[in-house]
Amino acid sequence: MSTKKLYTVIIFSENTVGLLNQIAIVFTRRQLNIETLSVSPSAIEGIHKFTITTFSTEDIMDKVVKQIDKRVDILKAYYNTDEDLVFQEIALYKLSTELFLKMGAVEELIRKYNARVLEMNESCVVIQKSGHYEETQALFKELSSTIGVLQFIRSGRVAITKSKVERLSDMLAEMENKLEKKRS
Amino acid sequence: MEKQKITGSEALMKTLVAEGVDTIFGYPGGAIMPVYDCLYDYRDRIRHILVRHEQGATHAAQGYARVSGKVGVAMVTSGPAATNAITGIADALMDSTPLVVISGQVASPLLGSDAFQEIDVIGITLPITKWAYQVRRAEDIAWAISRAFYIASSGRPGPVVIDIAKDAQINKIEYEYNKVNYIRSYQPLPDVNADSVAAAAELINQAKKPLALVGQGVILSNAEKELVAFLEKADIPFGSTILGLSAVSSDHPLNKGMLGMHGNAGPNRKTNECDLLIGIGMRFDDRVTGDLKTYAKQAKIIHFDIDLAEIGKNVPTTVPVHGDAKETLAAVTALLKPAKHTDWIATFKPDEEEENQKVIQKELYPKSGQLKMGEVINKVSEASGHDGILVTDVGQNQMMGVRYFKYKRTRSVVTSGGLGTMGFGLPAAIGAKIGAPDRTVCCFLGDGGFQMTIQELGTIMQEKTNVKIIVLNNNFLGMVRQWQELFFNERYSETVMENPDFVAIAKAYNIAGRVVDKREELDGAIQEMLNHDGAYLLVATVETCGMVYPMIPAGTTVTNIIMGDN
Repeated sequence: MSTKKLYTVIIFSENTVGLLNQIAIVFTRRQLNIETLSVSPSAIEGIHKFTITTFSTEDIMDKVVKQIDKRVDILKAYYNTDEDLVFQEIALYKLSTELFLKMGAVEELIRKYNARVLEMNESCVVIQKSGHYEETQALFKELSSTIGVLQFIRSGRVAITKSKVERLSDMLAEMENKLEKKRS
Repeated sequence: MEKQKITGSEALMKTLVAEGVDTIFGYPGGAIMPVYDCLYDYRDRIRHILVRHEQGATHAAQGYARVSGKVGVAMVTSGPAATNAITGIADALMDSTPLVVISGQVASPLLGSDAFQEIDVIGITLPITKWAYQVRRAEDIAWAISRAFYIASSGRPGPVVIDIAKDAQINKIEYEYNKVNYIRSYQPLPDVNADSVAAAAELINQAKKPLALVGQGVILSNAEKELVAFLEKADIPFGSTILGLSAVSSDHPLNKGMLGMHGNAGPNRKTNECDLLIGIGMRFDDRVTGDLKTYAKQAKIIHFDIDLAEIGKNVPTTVPVHGDAKETLAAVTALLKPAKHTDWIATFKPDEEEENQKVIQKELYPKSGQLKMGEVINKVSEASGHDGILVTDVGQNQMMGVRYFKYKRTRSVVTSGGLGTMGFGLPAAIGAKIGAPDRTVCCFLGDGGFQMTIQELGTIMQEKTNVKIIVLNNNFLGMVRQWQELFFNERYSETVMENPDFVAIAKAYNIAGRVVDKREELDGAIQEMLNHDGAYLLVATVETCGMVYPMIPAGTTVTNIIMGDN
């Protein structure tokens, strides 16, 4: 058995209803937990991009991606490991203003973690940090063990491949060529 | 001048006609009534077959599609009608059958409110369709239906569900129809990769002991001629999957029979002896491969398939040939050197003789005892000149049917392969007869499966569908009983069936029939059935404890084959 590692599945799709369901079905059938998920419009107008992380093996990922890819409204699905990607997550931490000010190391903390203060009022402070999981988690641990964290939320991973262009653009150009040929 | 407006229902009818539909299997109800009202005006162009249960509609549409190569169309109302259609939709996905299922839905303002007969059809059918789409606006009907036909019939075919809200059926629109034959995100016909074609040809040219596995993909891509040219040029013996049967006639010298759990000993054993295994339009299903850990480990594997997700799914592939079999087979054949594999092919002989002696002779030509299932099937096949269409249900009747029925023409087998749906046979036979009216349709059922969709006798009566129904009655759920005998210490848990008088039931539906239980009456009874002008039910009382052999127990390897000779 090959060992499981974290894979990032990147899926480009048409912007139609029910796609998330179709993608989730493929993960569910293979009993794969979705670790993180983020969806947004891609650089190409009208095309959406899903970024999903999951622990699996390469063999399974290969099959999963093919099964996702074959859905009619999916343009293209890929999988990558961390080495191929630049990736980031964003985390928000809500803290008690009173305790935050009392801890007396605000500047040090913000500098150490490269975090930002987004909001502050008399009851709470919201700070933001982006980074890899380990980095946002480290700040969470430090805050939890000192002044406590009232609320915490971390986004799904967003990722970009280290290659220059979105690989999809080549495929789209090819598809358009085919259509032209068909019409002529 | 303003264009004349028509209702969504009429847009549906116009689009169906434009897509070449002349037959619909269906059942009306509340949320599809505007469409049925409109259908009344299209009676001269569209024949509607009123089934007796929506499961029957989807199976009949499957039977129709499988024999004709056209898209089968089923139409049902919302809620329970749509859920009744599910089994046929799932079956069509597993067996790559082009199907368009149109369901009515509650009016769009009611969606999501648990309205009467509302069910989330799209949510339910997404995992079992190629595409499922809900139409909420009349102006989307033509587009959605045309897209449905394109998706269902192209690439690897499959079922599509179009769920149409009632207000979309009623509202008026300016009709515009543009045939869909391109979807940006969907490439049904992959470009043939010249490198993989060359690599495949090279492996075949080098092979000393090649074996081909022929699947339904060959039939779906109309590649029967290309397949024969390919096999003959390189002199490659082959076995068929259950759905690949009839792609090549039964008596072709390279045809070594059926693969799989109850397939022929030769092609199954040779899978683990060949040096090159060539899968063509098949998916290495577990009923074909058994335990993957011991499957064809010695062989290089070429896999021809149009569905990229099938390549490497179950067995690692040496050379994948992704594409439509008609194109890829022709391309590879062009690069093949004519070869002869006489010695290799001769090695099938001992297996054939062993199986013939231990299994086939006893099953087909018993001298005494009760009728045997294989005996009945063989005689029906012979009496119809080995040129009928075989429709089966699921279980022993199916395995016996596909083992002993013979074929001359393609598209002669209609059976539920992947899903293994009991109750499939009778409605599928109706669809098959309507899809191929000039052919003799022989439908073999067990007493269990017959009763799962027995209500379709009403459809046969009303439509005067000339199907020959042969019930192999052993008063048992035979295949389960067989497993209980072999693997569950003969503990016959809930497999005994007390059956009604089937002939009397048929008679009530104005369908002729008789029981046959004596060997000397069998030929006469079969002739009577085939000569009868119209549907006929022949109930053959067969031995209670009949067994289908050979059998490779599930999840094991071919060396565990049971011949049933001790």
